Amino acid sequence: MDKMEHLDLYRQMVIIRRVEERAAELYQQGKIGGFLHLYIGQEAVSTGLISARRPEDPVITAYRDHGVAINCGISAKEVVAELLGKATGCSGGKGGSMHMADVTKNYWGGHAIVGAHLPIASGLALADAYNKTSGVTICMFGDGASNIGYFHEALNLSKVWNLPVLWVCENNQYGMGTAVERASAVSEMIQKASGYGMKGVRINGMDLMEVRETAEKMMAEIRAGSGPQFLEIMTYRFRGHSMGDPERYRKADEVHQWQENDPIGIHRKYLLDHQIATEEELNQQDDLAEKEVQEAVEFAESSPEPAAEELFKHIYVEE
Amino acid sequence: MTEMTLIEAIRQAMDEEMARDPNVFIVGEDVGIRGGVFRATVGLFDKYGADRVIDSPLAELSIVGVGIGAALYGMKPICEIQFSDFIYPAYNQIISEAAKMCYRSNGEWTVPMVIRAPYGGGIGGGLYHSQSPEAMFAQVPGLKVVIPSNPYDAKGLLKSAVRDPNPVIFFEPKKGYRLIKGEVPEGEFTVPIGPARISRAGTDVSVFAYGMMHYYALQAAEKVAAEGISVEVVDLRTLYPVDRETILASVQRTGKALIVHEANLTGGYGAEVAATIAEGAFTDLDAPVRRLCGPDVPGVPFSHPLQDWFMPNPEKISSAIRELARY
Repeated sequence: MDKMEHLDLYRQMVIIRRVEERAAELYQQGKIGGFLHLYIGQEAVSTGLISARRPEDPVITAYRDHGVAINCGISAKEVVAELLGKATGCSGGKGGSMHMADVTKNYWGGHAIVGAHLPIASGLALADAYNKTSGVTICMFGDGASNIGYFHEALNLSKVWNLPVLWVCENNQYGMGTAVERASAVSEMIQKASGYGMKGVRINGMDLMEVRETAEKMMAEIRAGSGPQFLEIMTYRFRGHSMGDPERYRKADEVHQWQENDPIGIHRKYLLDHQIATEEELNQQDDLAEKEVQEAVEFAESSPEPAAEELFKHIYVEE
Repeated sequence: MTEMTLIEAIRQAMDEEMARDPNVFIVGEDVGIRGGVFRATVGLFDKYGADRVIDSPLAELSIVGVGIGAALYGMKPICEIQFSDFIYPAYNQIISEAAKMCYRSNGEWTVPMVIRAPYGGGIGGGLYHSQSPEAMFAQVPGLKVVIPSNPYDAKGLLKSAVRDPNPVIFFEPKKGYRLIKGEVPEGEFTVPIGPARISRAGTDVSVFAYGMMHYYALQAAEKVAAEGISVEVVDLRTLYPVDRETILASVQRTGKALIVHEANLTGGYGAEVAATIAEGAFTDLDAPVRRLCGPDVPGVPFSHPLQDWFMPNPEKISSAIRELARY
C-alpha cells in the first residue's frame, strides 16, 4: 500500500463514522423513517476487506450496509439521500437504509432478510465459475446468520461446486440482543466452516491492516482455485442493533472496553507510529471527510422526494 | 408439424434455448446424469455437459438462490424444482428476493430466471406430490406466472420465459406430461407471455381454465356440445400478469362464467377471475359466476376414491356447465 491508499482508507473510515453519526441525528429528527442500523465500531472490517477486492469481485452484504456501500464506491451523497428516501439516492429512494444497491460498482446490496443473500452470493460466484472469469465474490453477514438454514446450504453448495467465494462473518457478538453463545451451538464461527471442509481464519476486526492483509491473501488463494474460504472477523458495534435499542443485553463496561479499541484510533496510531502520515496530514483527512459528509447531508436534505409515478416503475424490466 | 407430448415439447424448448444462448443453463435435483425425475432434461447432460446441466444438492432454496445470483450476474438459469410441493423452502428467495430485485434497485438489477415446477394431482402422489400452489405466486408483482396446457404453448411459452428479463414461474401439469399430445411446428417460434387464448369459441358459457384443467375443460365442452350447449373455453396460460381483457370480452359474449382449477377454492386463482368479472362485466352476467375447484382440504389425499373426489374432471366440469347453461 502506498501513502495515498493509506490516507484514502483512513478517510473512508472517517467518512463512514461521520455518515453514521449524522444518520443518527437525522433519524432522531424524524427525517429518516423505519429502521436504521449503524456501522460505528465496525468500520475497519469493510474498509480493510473491500480494499482487498478488484473491480471484478462482486460484493454482497446484509442490512448493516451503509459502510460497505461507501467502501464500494457509492458516494456519501447517494448513501445519505437513500437514507432519506430521496429521488437522488442510490436506489431512487425505493430501497432505503437496508437495501443500498449499485450495479455499476459491482455492489449487490444490502439484504434485509437474515441469511437470505448467502445463496445469491453462491449464484454470483457460480456465474464467474461458469464463465471462467476471475471474480471472487465477497459475501458478508453477521454471526446471527450462521444459525439459519440458508447459511448451511450456501456453504455446503459452494464447497461442493468449488465456487470462488470468500464468506465473511462479521462477528459483532450479538444477533440483535442475543449473545452468540445463547444462539449458536459453537461460539467460533470458523468451526461451522470446518464442518463444510472449508479453510477458516479468525482475526481481529478492529485492526484495518490485519483485515486487509488477511483478506488479500485469502482472495489470492481463492482466485488461484482454492475454492471457498471462510473469514471470521471479530468486531463490535458501539451502538445498539438499531436506533431505539435499549441495549439491556450488554453491560456499559463491556461497551466502553470495546470503545477503547476504536478501529479509527488504532489505525491512526498505526499510521503515526510507522511514520506513514503526520498528525497534520491525518487532521486534513478528517477535515475532508467532515466536509464531504456535510455536503452529502445538505445534498440529501435539499434533494426532491421521488415522484408519485415512481411507485409503478421498475416492477418489471422496462424494455 | 410433429406430434409430441407435453414433456417432449418442454425438453425441446430447453434444448433449443441452450443451443441458442450459451448463458442458459439448467440447475436442479437430478436434472443432469439422471435426466430429471420426470425425464424432462433427459439427453441434455450428454449434449451440454455437467457445467450447463448442473446436479444440485437436495436444497431448493439454494437452487433458486444460485439462480437469482447467477441471473443478476448476466446468466439465464432454468431452475427445476422437482415437484411444486417442494418449492416452499425457496419461497422467500422467490417472493422477497427474485420478485423485488428490479424494484428495490430502481431498475438496476434484473433476474432473467425461469423456475420450472411440475404441479397438480391425479397421479396418486398424495399430499406432498400433488399440490397446485400457483395462487401463492400469482399475487406477487415482479413475478410472471405461466402454466401451459398443451405442447405447442409449453414449448413457445417456455422459450419466451427463458428470454424474458424477469423471473418467470413456469408450472407444468405433470399429469399431462405424457397424456397431453399435440402438434408442434418445426423450427423457431415463441408464444408471448401475457395473453390468454380462446381455445374453443362458443356462445352459451365461458369456461376459464389452465394446465390440466384446461385439457379437461375442452373434453367437457366437446361432450356438452352434443347436447346443444355451446361453450367458449379460455386457456388463461399466463396467470400473472392477468389478461383481464380476454376474460371480460369472453363473458360479454356468453354472459356466463365457470372457472376451473384443481387448487383449493378459497383464495384460489379463480377468486381473482371472479372478481375481475364482477368488477368489469357485472351487467353482462346472466348467471352467478361459478367456481369448480379443489375442495378446501389441506392436501390431495392418497386414497384413490378420495383423490377422485378431490380432483375436478371432465364429468364434473360437464355437470357444472349444464347447471350454468340451464340457469
